[in-house]
Amino acid sequence: MTIKHALEAWIDGIGLLGPGLDNWPAAQPVLAATTAYVAQPLVVPAPLALPPAERRRVGQSVKIALAVAQEAVTAAQADAKQLAAVFASSGADGDNCDAICKVLASDDRHISPTRFHNSVHNAPAGYWGIASGAMTPATVVCAYDASFGAGLLEAMTQVGAVAAGVLLVAYEAPYPEPLQAKRPHPSAFGLALALMPQRGPRSLARIRIELVDAVADTMANAELEALRQQIPCARGLPLAQALAGGGAARVVLEYLAPLSLAVEIEACN
Amino acid sequence: MSPLHLSHFTASSCLGHGLDAMQTMLLQQKSGLRPCHFETVNDLATYIGETPNVDAAALPATLAAHNCRNNRLAWLGLQQDGFSAAVEAAIARHGRRRVGVFLGTSTAGILQTELAYRRRDPVSGALPDDFIYATTHNTYSVAGFVREYFQLEGPAMVVSTACSSSAKVFGSAARMIEAGLIDAAVVGGVDSLCLTTLYGFNSLELLAPEPCRPFDVERQGLSIGEAAAFVLLERPAEDLAADAVLLLGVGESSDAHHMSSPHPDGLGARMAMAAALQSAGLQASDIDYINLHGTATPGNDAAEGKAVAALFGDRTPGSSTKGATGHTLGAAGGLEAIICAIALQRGFLPGGCNTRQLDPAIPIRYLTANADIAPRRVLSNSFGFGGTNCSLVLGRAS
Repeated sequence: MTIKHALEAWIDGIGLLGPGLDNWPAAQPVLAATTAYVAQPLVVPAPLALPPAERRRVGQSVKIALAVAQEAVTAAQADAKQLAAVFASSGADGDNCDAICKVLASDDRHISPTRFHNSVHNAPAGYWGIASGAMTPATVVCAYDASFGAGLLEAMTQVGAVAAGVLLVAYEAPYPEPLQAKRPHPSAFGLALALMPQRGPRSLARIRIELVDAVADTMANAELEALRQQIPCARGLPLAQALAGGGAARVVLEYLAPLSLAVEIEACN
Repeated sequence: MSPLHLSHFTASSCLGHGLDAMQTMLLQQKSGLRPCHFETVNDLATYIGETPNVDAAALPATLAAHNCRNNRLAWLGLQQDGFSAAVEAAIARHGRRRVGVFLGTSTAGILQTELAYRRRDPVSGALPDDFIYATTHNTYSVAGFVREYFQLEGPAMVVSTACSSSAKVFGSAARMIEAGLIDAAVVGGVDSLCLTTLYGFNSLELLAPEPCRPFDVERQGLSIGEAAAFVLLERPAEDLAADAVLLLGVGESSDAHHMSSPHPDGLGARMAMAAALQSAGLQASDIDYINLHGTATPGNDAAEGKAVAALFGDRTPGSSTKGATGHTLGAAGGLEAIICAIALQRGFLPGGCNTRQLDPAIPIRYLTANADIAPRRVLSNSFGFGGTNCSLVLGRAS
């Protein structure tokens, strides 16, 4: 049964960062299978938009989120101050969480105040506000392995409701041990989309989404498929692949069983 | 926005289980805050709002994988005031796919992880086998638990924006209903006591050594609380009772200023309140009561006071109910929306507890005693770390 309520937006900018996927221009030919995928450890750029004091304090999840957010906004030639933001992640800052839990399990429970305020799930949203100056609404959602789908759904309903641009930022950073054994993400990863209510000169594609009963698409490349399966925000890779290929396509993304998210894509040529 | 009906709601906190207990305490202006002796935490000179008997709440065997304090508190909350039956009735009306779950939490079941870290393998450092990350620690766990409890098949998520989390879920649910994706939503928040927040707020020197005193000239910080607050949100029927409570507006903003301090002039807070009024199509003069965020830290109350004074002057009565409940963090927005709903239905304005001498530097009309005035429309503020702000407007049907 398909529920007939498609939501629509135009993608004006994409940010992508993953192992062997350094940014959207570098990832595009890899995803379109015109260049071979070469797995490489991800290098997370320093968040230069933050003031130096904040830059020193942030962990990997904030750096990943800010890197892809900035890439998408720059590509869209959008004013970050005008965009609402939806951040989506299954976990928060894993290193920070581990450090706090270790101290709390010790005889001296004095935890660092900076670690504490960085432990909130919305730390990347807070730092994005500081970096961009955006005073627009920013939300932070989590749906475990379905976090990318939950973020896309939230962002698309916001575009529809307020008829303004929304920046979707999906990101994940791995946990250190011993949490890694319980929640093994092989790498950090980030995927951001600048979503607009109307077609503009920078628009790359129109997307429409709906909730469907269907099996999620997989990636043909085995290494990319492993990323899709093992990192919640990489569940968006089939959408990135369709965008890389251009033209028209329909992909099905994993969401919360029994529902999936179908995305119809039509490139703006 | 199109108004939505709070067709059923319930809350459990240190004021007791369910609405009657909370209403009785509010009408008597009593506080549920007690000296902190939570778990092994005996070295913090502060007060907390602990919900009674959370650990006695045993989850059904089929949901055992979700067992952690946060989900026990959620389960306890769902049993009150016929809330579960109301959700089941909504499922019967709309279908399993047409009821969403949007809940706020800041720390989910992190206490379970804190306890598991004490039981790490002395050689390998591994966490114990009985620690289940997905259904306890993960931020989504409480929404996953509620979705599974009701065997729902629709959209679900947790919003985790610190202390605005369970206010923002009202906005997400309203947009989902507006888009036609669902017909009803279980919204609210569940946040439970844990060592991370107690020692964390202590590290920031924000815990009061006494029950918190919002907007008092000698306020010394906050008291941490915990709560389960649930609301069933649906499109209003045509024949609503006069005392039916409606969600009329939602306003959100960001401070873009600092991770743990509010904008000093409350600029983000003011923007959220203004956006909520605009969303409801109302003026400041239409609001009869403001449930203030009012954490009782010196900086937060000063900033919120400036924001409220800028929009409302000193005319509109307001109070923080955190002197009674403590700051329930990710559950605060939901809990305080329900306190507003009780005020609208019972026809009184709740006065703040514990405040003895109002801060003369904050020029707002702060209620230190209950007022026998029946409000028609109220505003509720929730602001959090990371500069995240959300205001809700609620009102009576007529």
